[in-house]
Amino acid sequence: MKTCLIVDDSSVIRKVARRILEGLEFTIEEAEDGEQALAACQRKLPEAILLDWNMPKMDGYEFLRVLRRLPGGDGPKVVFCTTENDVAHIARALHAGANEYIMKPFDKEIVEAKFQEVGLI
Amino acid sequence: MTPADFDYLRKMLRERSGLVLSAEKQYLAESRLLPLVRRNGLASLADLIGDIRLKPSSQLATDTVSAMTTNETFFFRDKAPFENFRDYIMPALVAVRLREKRIRIWCAAASTGQEPYSLAMTLNEMGPALAGTRVEILATDLSGDVLDRAKAGLYSQFEVQRGLPIQQLLKYFTQEGDSWRIAPEIRAMVQFRTLNLLNDFSPLGTFDVVFCRNVLIYFDQETKIGVFNRIAKQIPDDGYLVLGAAETVVGLTDAFKPMPERRGVYTPNLAARRAGPVTLFASAKF
Repeated sequence: MKTCLIVDDSSVIRKVARRILEGLEFTIEEAEDGEQALAACQRKLPEAILLDWNMPKMDGYEFLRVLRRLPGGDGPKVVFCTTENDVAHIARALHAGANEYIMKPFDKEIVEAKFQEVGLI
Repeated sequence: MTPADFDYLRKMLRERSGLVLSAEKQYLAESRLLPLVRRNGLASLADLIGDIRLKPSSQLATDTVSAMTTNETFFFRDKAPFENFRDYIMPALVAVRLREKRIRIWCAAASTGQEPYSLAMTLNEMGPALAGTRVEILATDLSGDVLDRAKAGLYSQFEVQRGLPIQQLLKYFTQEGDSWRIAPEIRAMVQFRTLNLLNDFSPLGTFDVVFCRNVLIYFDQETKIGVFNRIAKQIPDDGYLVLGAAETVVGLTDAFKPMPERRGVYTPNLAARRAGPVTLFASAKF
């Protein structure tokens, strides 16, 4: 089973995403912000990361930049999942190494389509 | 809805669009037609059917058929047909159309435009591989309303996230509030036209590729056979037919044969063509 790290400061979003991704047969880990996510990645890199942008302590963009510089940090497929739904943010995310981008609100079909797009399912 | 009204509706749908509505789908008819009832200031579904009985050629009757069609679609749906199109069908056609330098594609159930625009984006990505070949895409649908949406090329945030890679979104769409509009150069690659699949296709001319996906599943066997027969007349010997994942010609007609290892892709059955009129298994039971 592949592991997906869900990074979002909203417990509701984490719960919804967990339910969707467990349905797609992922093992789930959770983090509330970029710092927690980084600590989780330093312990063990997941195959997938579903990543919010705006979070306390370290935001998703900064986390991604640090992640991609870690040894093996280019491995996880990173799918942003955020309310930052404009072209400039999407372009910045891709430039920083994001593989896909989900604009909130989302549902199971969108998550499934995006994870398929990057070869996770 | 009374049983008599529902029977009338089912008969009308079948005769006018080929759509087969099974007896247990009354709930579907009610949920899809109630908005039309309200929009037209009618009191009930009985009034709607009553009006159509009086004026079967009215706009209301057309709108009723349109409301009952399923327009579920998304960009690059099922992926594999577009990979087959890019990696096999188009290179093969470009190679045999070196003199004409013209390839015609028909999306026979284009709905709100995601399929023809996915083909147009694929062609745009192919660039030099097309070797200067002019490619025309004709997109047809029964419903003028959904084609109006297709022509506008404006999609919700939800629609652009189903099947469309994020890089393609940035490259081929511009954001308009919460919606996204297809780029003018992609829009310009597609011609739209209303067409009933029960009608004669000969005025459309011939096509090198026909995408007829996820529409025949709503038709009965007899109607499917008729559509295959008429599509076969519009495809040259070296053309292609692409069907949806749940559709096949097998057991219905020998006008086409499946391509081994390219699921959903069919080519004209030349042996059957040479043998004479297309053989149709009209009385087959499945």
